[in-house]
Amino acid sequence: MSLASVSDHDASSPRNLRGRYAICGVGETSYRRGSQESTRSLATWAVSNAMRDAGMTAGDIDGMLSYSGNDSTFAPFVAGDLGIRLNFYMDVHGGGSSTEALVGIAMGVIEAGMCRTVAIYRAMNGYSAVRIGGTGARSAVPIVGDQIHHRAYGWQSAGQMFAPTFLRHMYDYGTTPEQVAAVKVAHSKHASNNPKAYYRRRYTVEDVVSSRMICTPLHLLDCCVETDNATCIIVTSVERARDCPSPPAVILAVVGRCCKPRIDMHYQHGPISTVAGRYARELLWPNAGVGPEDIDITGSYDAFTFTTMLQLEDYGFCRKGEGGHYVSDGTIELGGRRPNNTSGGHLCEGYTHGMNMVIENTRQLRGDVDDSCPVGPDGRRQHTHDHGEGGCRQVHGAELTANLGWAMPGTGSAMVMAKDIR
Amino acid sequence: MPIQGDYMGMTLTIEDLDRENREFFRYCAARDFRLQRGTASGLLRYPPTTACPWTGERESEWVPVDAAGTVHSYVQVHHPIQPAFRDTVPYMIILADLDTQKGAPTEHEALRVAGNLVTADGAFAPPDMIARVGIGTRVRMVFVDVTDEFALPQWTIDEGAEQPERPWRYPEE
Repeated sequence: MSLASVSDHDASSPRNLRGRYAICGVGETSYRRGSQESTRSLATWAVSNAMRDAGMTAGDIDGMLSYSGNDSTFAPFVAGDLGIRLNFYMDVHGGGSSTEALVGIAMGVIEAGMCRTVAIYRAMNGYSAVRIGGTGARSAVPIVGDQIHHRAYGWQSAGQMFAPTFLRHMYDYGTTPEQVAAVKVAHSKHASNNPKAYYRRRYTVEDVVSSRMICTPLHLLDCCVETDNATCIIVTSVERARDCPSPPAVILAVVGRCCKPRIDMHYQHGPISTVAGRYARELLWPNAGVGPEDIDITGSYDAFTFTTMLQLEDYGFCRKGEGGHYVSDGTIELGGRRPNNTSGGHLCEGYTHGMNMVIENTRQLRGDVDDSCPVGPDGRRQHTHDHGEGGCRQVHGAELTANLGWAMPGTGSAMVMAKDIR
Repeated sequence: MPIQGDYMGMTLTIEDLDRENREFFRYCAARDFRLQRGTASGLLRYPPTTACPWTGERESEWVPVDAAGTVHSYVQVHHPIQPAFRDTVPYMIILADLDTQKGAPTEHEALRVAGNLVTADGAFAPPDMIARVGIGTRVRMVFVDVTDEFALPQWTIDEGAEQPERPWRYPEE
């Protein structure tokens, strides 16, 4: 039985650029606290790594996109530093719903003939400069006009702003703190097999629910890590991507910043325990031509344990209200039926406003995640598929992935990618 | 001149051109809770906006609204993010469904008005008062002055109302 929602979209034939574009290169900096580098320097580092991964030089890139919230360096500086002459660029305001949305923009501008290949990056000192948790610079921003309706009440940080949704889900469906803590448990297991993850320690449910309370229902370990880093993905046509050293991650569908009604104040329009994925799925699955039951790996935004649970539920990976069970029955762990955030995600690997989960799924589809498995004489990792601590995190036979981006309960983005089948 | 005031060490500003918020907070200063009503839709909206979310109509009138409601969800903050709240934790942020227009124009819609849980005098609620409040608690509005022409709406327990036997609270607290 398909759990995807009923929709009037035609899923029977290729449409909306399905299968026409791909991610051909990915790269990142290290994930650190205290980078000692500017966001401009971090961005050039990540873009360089992605270009090298794609086997591209400056002349092969002619489009650039970035996203930020007054905390980064704009594309023209990064392109200039790397000797890239741009036919198109745009710097977008925003955080967690941006990666997939910007992939869609890249596909559109290439399709329109505005450029051929687009590098998308996010560069941030989310720990040592503009802290993502909302302390420091973010709290110092003057409180003017519409912001009075929340910030004057001490209702400002992401955790504080999302908490009414999380709490109401517990009330409406009986979701328990222990069920949701299983998200941290799973992602920390994955991170223990990721040499570049900021936190590689494995945690238990008890560790999570006994950590100190930040704001109900979020314990410290329900919250993601703040780190300094940059990430980059390169989007081009599937034909050009096939000339690159690694197999393309073929894009089947994208949804960008899909919103609940009354997005200015989404709590006015309930149910508030339902998030934007409930609307985004009606675009995503028909356009992709597959359903949630077909997906091998998910990358569900984990700013908090709860955001992963809510999105997996509202995109249809389980029935409405059963998200707590879905994330705690082993399904989302490596070795389970559909692992989520196999790099450790924002809870453990590092915080990049969504892009590191897209990088991870690209590598999974290539069959070449950067874990601790030995490298063979051909330069490729010999994956053991033993997911024990410090071991392998490659998912055997991964062919379809879904990334679910999150800005807030009322706004989400998504992307389905596939292993290339010529 | 912008309306500007110091509140808990935070500077709150309402610009001259922000007519909607000026009106809203000025009525609050007069202890008169009003919301905009679209003349075409007849529907109230919160927070203040420049048009009716159901018709797009830019005209509206400010009408008095009974400021009583029920806690729809809440946040109990233990770790302060903003420096102004450092000495206030734990504190509670309430989203209350007003009785007025609840379930309209569709089933899950309501005028969900934000505020902190405060005492009847407008002071931040002490922990034993916070412990009595959860989803389902009946609350009524009180106002806390920022300047002569600017007050914040806040929520307190409606001691005169019939209360649920046990409002729903987060299980660990």
